[in-house]
Amino acid sequence: MRRAVLAVLALLALLAPAAVAAQPKVSFNDIEDEVMCDTCNVPLNVAESDRADQERAVIRKLIAQGLTKQQIKDRLAAQYGPGILATPQDSGFSLAVWWVPVAVVVALLALIALLLPRWRRARAPDGEERQPGPELSSTDAQRLERDLARYDV
Amino acid sequence: MALLVYGVVARHDDKSLDSAVKKGQLPTAPGASVALPTLDGSSRQTLAAWRGKVVVLNFWASWCGPCEQEAPVLERAQRQLSSTGGTVLGVTYKDDADASRDFMRKHKLSYPSLRDDRLDLAPKYGTTALPETFVLDKRGRIVALSRGEVDERFLTRAIDRAQKA
Repeated sequence: MRRAVLAVLALLALLAPAAVAAQPKVSFNDIEDEVMCDTCNVPLNVAESDRADQERAVIRKLIAQGLTKQQIKDRLAAQYGPGILATPQDSGFSLAVWWVPVAVVVALLALIALLLPRWRRARAPDGEERQPGPELSSTDAQRLERDLARYDV
Repeated sequence: MALLVYGVVARHDDKSLDSAVKKGQLPTAPGASVALPTLDGSSRQTLAAWRGKVVVLNFWASWCGPCEQEAPVLERAQRQLSSTGGTVLGVTYKDDADASRDFMRKHKLSYPSLRDDRLDLAPKYGTTALPETFVLDKRGRIVALSRGEVDERFLTRAIDRAQKA
């Protein structure tokens, strides 16, 4: 029993550094598209300006210091304000990014709910089922049978 | 469509100070009580602390090319002003503090600078591009402004007006 416990402890001791090493390191490309060039108002990954170059240098410096992606974003937001992050803010005008799509979907559903019964009524007046066409005369039925027999494969 | 219109209107540049200065109205410098961190981060200061002195308020950044061109002109103005108790006051506009300090060292700038990383002050002056300079008299009123690189002639005239106002 003691041997088994020791073996488990030894295994855990071996796995612990591996687990720490397995933590994903942030890559520059991973964070660049989540940060804005705060003087040109475009995402950093498409920005071309001296300020954008400075922001890139700052991010590389923070990555070199071993900070995680979230820590870097927090650091930038604390320094330059939440506007430096490419994700919309949850206050003020930026809220429109969230509520406008929801409002559009609700409006579309309401429109469908309103118009669908009308379309159905228009397709089937007075609630009647669609009637089949007129029945064939015996002459026409025989001719149809002959024609079909000719094309039988 | 309404949101688009709002977005465009909300982002318009405020140039009301320009027209007031042009008319000779000497508008009071806005944001005098806004406390900004010093470049070394050791304390916070307000523009109001320089009330009673002529102040050349200059918005700049180390990443701004024209700011580099006008830095020697501002330093000369600082030497001229310091003998009369006035000062050039730099305000960095969204600039990495290390880079700002390197810029100051490189150009041997002796005047103080504050950091406006979160744009608490610059928008009150309608500043959206760099560099921009506002010359304030001893009562904290704007006597002249320059949206763009300043030259010796502009500064000499503006400081003279501010000292006489």
